Amino acid sequence: MLAPVLHILPLTTIVRERTLPVAGKVSARIDQRVNPTDVIAEANFAREHVLLDVARTFGVSANAADKLIKVNQGDKLAQGALVAEMRGLAPRSIKAPRAGRVMVAGGGQVLMEVGDARIELRAGLPGVVTQIIPERGAVIRTAGALIQGTWGNGRIDNGLMVSLIEKPDAELSADRLDVSLRGSVILGGRVRDIETLRAASELPVRGLIVSSLISSLLQTAVQMRYPIIALDGFGAMPMNTAAFTLLTGNNKREVTVNAEHFDRYGGNPPEVIIPLPISSEPEEPNPYQAFAVGQRVRMRRSPHPGMLGAISNLPDGLSVLPSGLRAPAAEVKLENGESALVPLVNLEVVG
Amino acid sequence: MPTSLVQNESILAIEVGAAVTRAALFDVVEGQYRFVAAGQAPTTAESPFKDIGIGVREAISNLQHVTGSKILNSDRNLIAPSQADGSGVDAVVATVSVGPSVRTVIVGLLNDVSLHSARRLAESTYSRVVDSLDLSDQRKPEQQLDSVVRSRPDLVILTGGTDGGASRSILKTLEAVGLACYLMPMEKRPMVLYAGNQKLANDVQEMLGGHAGKLQLSYNVRPSLETEDLGPASRELAGLVTKLRQRQIKGVDELYMWAGGNVLPTAYAQGRMIRFLSRLYESTRGLLSVDVGASATSVAAGFGGELTLGTYPQFGLGESLGALLQYTELEDIMRWLPLDISPNVVREYLFQKSLYPGALPATKDEQALSQAIARQALHLAVRTLQKDFPASARVSQNGSMPPLDLIVAGGGVISDGVSLGQSLLLLLDAIQPVGIMPILIDQNNLVPLLGVAGERHNYLPAQVIDSGAFIGLGTILSVVASANYGEPVLRAKLTYSDGTDARADVKFGGLEILPLPSGQTARLSLQPLARADAGLGPGRSGGVTVTGGALGVVIDARGRPLQLPSDPVRRRELIKKWYYTVGG
Repeated sequence: MLAPVLHILPLTTIVRERTLPVAGKVSARIDQRVNPTDVIAEANFAREHVLLDVARTFGVSANAADKLIKVNQGDKLAQGALVAEMRGLAPRSIKAPRAGRVMVAGGGQVLMEVGDARIELRAGLPGVVTQIIPERGAVIRTAGALIQGTWGNGRIDNGLMVSLIEKPDAELSADRLDVSLRGSVILGGRVRDIETLRAASELPVRGLIVSSLISSLLQTAVQMRYPIIALDGFGAMPMNTAAFTLLTGNNKREVTVNAEHFDRYGGNPPEVIIPLPISSEPEEPNPYQAFAVGQRVRMRRSPHPGMLGAISNLPDGLSVLPSGLRAPAAEVKLENGESALVPLVNLEVVG
Repeated sequence: MPTSLVQNESILAIEVGAAVTRAALFDVVEGQYRFVAAGQAPTTAESPFKDIGIGVREAISNLQHVTGSKILNSDRNLIAPSQADGSGVDAVVATVSVGPSVRTVIVGLLNDVSLHSARRLAESTYSRVVDSLDLSDQRKPEQQLDSVVRSRPDLVILTGGTDGGASRSILKTLEAVGLACYLMPMEKRPMVLYAGNQKLANDVQEMLGGHAGKLQLSYNVRPSLETEDLGPASRELAGLVTKLRQRQIKGVDELYMWAGGNVLPTAYAQGRMIRFLSRLYESTRGLLSVDVGASATSVAAGFGGELTLGTYPQFGLGESLGALLQYTELEDIMRWLPLDISPNVVREYLFQKSLYPGALPATKDEQALSQAIARQALHLAVRTLQKDFPASARVSQNGSMPPLDLIVAGGGVISDGVSLGQSLLLLLDAIQPVGIMPILIDQNNLVPLLGVAGERHNYLPAQVIDSGAFIGLGTILSVVASANYGEPVLRAKLTYSDGTDARADVKFGGLEILPLPSGQTARLSLQPLARADAGLGPGRSGGVTVTGGALGVVIDARGRPLQLPSDPVRRRELIKKWYYTVGG
């Protein structure tokens, strides 16, 4: 059976596609070196639209109204610009209620987009642009440490990582967040109160990497303007030891926290990237591989959610689990010294 | 069916669920179609695999291990048609339920007429209604337009107007939808199903044809004010959803090619099968099929050959579990637990499970938790669908289920359960059926696969079912009574074919089992007490012939609706007792 691989790697090659949600203009160039905050593409989109019903306003047919419309598709209009005009004994006119652009003119109506908004796509990670995706974005390649997580609040940023976690099951509380941490990415443990998220916001921080969040904080977490990654999930889960060791070992390094919403069907999980200097480019990691004895694995769920271990045996066929269910399973020697029979679907290979 | 009428064609049927992909083989044995074997593997639609083809091939490989026959060649490509050496298959059919819920905008004229039909149509597939437009909508046209654009729909269902009836209002609404489609990026434009006033079909084509991701015209779901006909539109909708999955999920295209286009959404295929069975067996009361899956809980009911189908992604046991508490209280899940578990543990479990839909309960506590959640999800799904049952089936005063002729249940949490007794208890608690009926477990999730295979050979489903592809749990009898806990409500006597008998004095609040092995029938004599209804009418005595099964004849006198003690300690003890009664 194939195993998903959770990447927790001290040094690897990381290739990421960064794209706009709508078509726009790409400013990055092939082979360009980019920093995480560099804008590589931008797009304008309308926040709202205004529909001007010329025919109805003038009380004429759609065909007649079309002849009275003075604007064309694509025209940019200032507020108060003339849109349509009817001459005669009682001349009347329709003016643009707001500045905007004509999207459609015809059928007796004019549709304008107004409230122009701009989206800037930042590189998100330091690296080299290896491919341009026309009108959408670019592919960026870099090398460094990679730590994947399970949940992100939809934001991305980078900064100097400061560790406030002393052991994997530590809790991060608001009183640990003082002004000296302003502008940092905080590495913490479990978070279980809203004050911690708010205190981080007030500093403000550039990111929060935690082992777990209690689920009642999710709504607040998505409203925070800084990225939050939960590496191991929800509840009061300790940080898996592989991530703990790698992250605390890179304390005070520049990190990128990509907590953008995880598109399960096409994207990558939320992740922390720590750019590192290299003499030769390491290999790209495999996203999946076959289960095998000796592999280091992380338990996604029971019996010990988040705990690491090594596969000591892969029995053939179906095994009877402690729950009574029958499923393909592995015997795992856990890092706490115990052994457990774990369904393969509850495991991911760490590597 | 005479042998000469059966084409000797082997069929590989594949179901791609959110958590599990199954491959089942149907072949002709002695002139009749039979279910041969099935293999399964985790679904690989999500990261890091991002291609369902990997899981499909794994499931087929596992099927090959069971049957010993070769279906994939050395390059892991399908061998089709079957070869002289016995390798390969002649045809492939498939159903797909994996994928994000389908963001759907529904449009109609009147909220309780066409919009109601549009909503029911949306609920026949894996939809989440993200916006709705009708005549009562007070928003300006541009606000409607912006709202549709912002809701990023995958699908728009347009209804409204009886055939030849109102048109101006519909056209006005269509204009807003057409403009919204036009404003969306080309690759994100929604699929559009039009099932309204047929007189406007050409206008719809003209207004939307160039702007929709794909426009499908169908028959009117409301040809007249009094008539609702969802059948043709739900068929077209099934096609659109399959096209959408081809766009969203890698590997569906390849599956579609293997199957020569015989791919349906799983819930639609399930519904198709239940309508077929309802007609085949001329069910006088009703058939109920439930599928509790990771992508959705879907419920199909057949009454007099007519189908009522509900597909509820919000009650699925996978990705959407984190949002289940928007539809139910935590206490309503906890009431089903035989263990003393903290509410916080239950809440965090829901969210953690939503991260890993395919993960299994490995401990007894998690198994109990998983079963409690499944009970509540199924209970909500059945109660939601019940509101749409035909008027003739809405007979009860207290909102309980109408009497049924048969229940067929599938989905991992039921078919892969620890014991058949646990699965039965889950079904009894969640559905709370009324009357006397057999319950079947579809342990290989064949119902939807038979539904799609039936499109190729319409006699295949009946032949496979007759060959005993499902596990019969036995006959269920529920006792409806107004009584106090422990008060006698029924005397039952089961007389076996050899003349011996088994008796039970059933008390209110109890669960009793009379043994009757699979394949046997017996005469069940019922003598209700205190005007209890044991399926024959209030206070009516009589006898019925019942069929056996893995559990025998199960008499459920726990009341309708099921009353659980409010004291948690007593409730948990009672639940443990029920578990013990059905075999743990």
